[in-house]
Amino acid sequence: MEPIITVRNLQKSFGAHKVLTDINVDIHSREVVVVIGPSGSGKSTFLRCLNLLEQPQEGEIRIEGISLLSKDTKINDIRKDVGMVFQQFNLFPHKKVIENIMLAPVQVRKWPEEQARRKALELLQKVGLSEKAEAYPASLSGGQAQRVAIARALAMEPKIMLFDEPTSALDPEMVGEVLAVMKDLAREGMTMVVVTHEMGFAREVGDRVIFMEQGLIVEEGKPEQLFGSPSHERTREFLSKVL
Amino acid sequence: MDFRFDIIVHYLPVLLKGTLFTIGVSIASILLGSILGLGLGLGKMAPKAYLRWPFHSYINFFRGTPLYVQILIVHFGLIPPIYGKTNALITAFVALSLNSAAYSAEIFRAGIQSIDPGQREAALSLGMTKGQAMRFVILPQAIKRMIPAFGNEFIVLVKDSSLLALVAAPEIMYWSNTMKGQYLRIWEPYLTAAVIYFILTYSLSKLLNYIERRV
Repeated sequence: MEPIITVRNLQKSFGAHKVLTDINVDIHSREVVVVIGPSGSGKSTFLRCLNLLEQPQEGEIRIEGISLLSKDTKINDIRKDVGMVFQQFNLFPHKKVIENIMLAPVQVRKWPEEQARRKALELLQKVGLSEKAEAYPASLSGGQAQRVAIARALAMEPKIMLFDEPTSALDPEMVGEVLAVMKDLAREGMTMVVVTHEMGFAREVGDRVIFMEQGLIVEEGKPEQLFGSPSHERTREFLSKVL
Repeated sequence: MDFRFDIIVHYLPVLLKGTLFTIGVSIASILLGSILGLGLGLGKMAPKAYLRWPFHSYINFFRGTPLYVQILIVHFGLIPPIYGKTNALITAFVALSLNSAAYSAEIFRAGIQSIDPGQREAALSLGMTKGQAMRFVILPQAIKRMIPAFGNEFIVLVKDSSLLALVAAPEIMYWSNTMKGQYLRIWEPYLTAAVIYFILTYSLSKLLNYIERRV
């Protein structure tokens, strides 16, 4: 089957600093890919290239066969189908929870208000926050805010979800509730690319784990293989520090 | 010292007309200046240096030269070739708007840039265009932060409109000067003008405080 995401020879620099040297990866529909690696390995940058929040200098990214870097591609159209969850939640503080979720379906998908509201309430129930619909983001805990952010991304009915260290800014006792929502999503068959330091999640939910360092994919494989018997010295070293 | 209230009473009708002129021109200039200012502010944030340059130059020129000079240039240089003759009302509106736009531009730019880039990224990641992200996510948050700065700008604009007496625009200062000329008195015309300006700017600052609390 044709992969839903294809990345070839991806290169990205910030000035003289090369962040992604040469990334090649295929991600299939319904697959959960977890990207791990030390800080500064380029894993977040790689993820942000997948919806062009970062513009790569070289290479090719295809989503459902459409080249992101082609001049004819309207990136907004691609982004409608690629949801993203950020480390800092990035909820819109001037809008209520329900308005945060409804904004894009109404303005981008052009859904009628009623349909968007129904969808939003359904998603809030799914992430266990129905009672927070009329609250403002400032009144939410970190874990609640991140669950709303996930609901907001899901309201666009994306085909792919990108998670950029979704639990790194949370107090430890709130990590579980966010991971639980992500596990549900994985179980439902969502295609997910997750950058995280949660090795438990990677092991339990990931179909494939990618270990990145210095802008390169050092090693990838099934979680049991990568965590159980990593084939590279660098992977072993990294895992011995984090596990 | 005798203070002649009777000459103030005598001039009250024209002073009120002058006050209405000042209020009208100020409101119109605040509106046009803000709209132009938003455009200039966005232009000044353009990604390419050669696109930023014209906006940059405009802002530098209008901030770097006295309004006094700008009023004379607009009145005798800009308006006659377009309108056919000089016109104090048009000069008032145009000069104040162009001047206010330069200051508003900087307020917009600073306000917009004060919003966390994550807000824009979240909006874009949901498929919004840059324009939608600006309209629904960034500006509503930025404008709240801009209100105190705009308050200052509007108050300065109301006070600076007094310079329009220079081209005989029939505003508060113009009539105060006339009053002084007719009666050869100092305190009555100028204190009256000061009181009127103070009432205007004080009300404006109260209004903006109220808006800031409500937003």
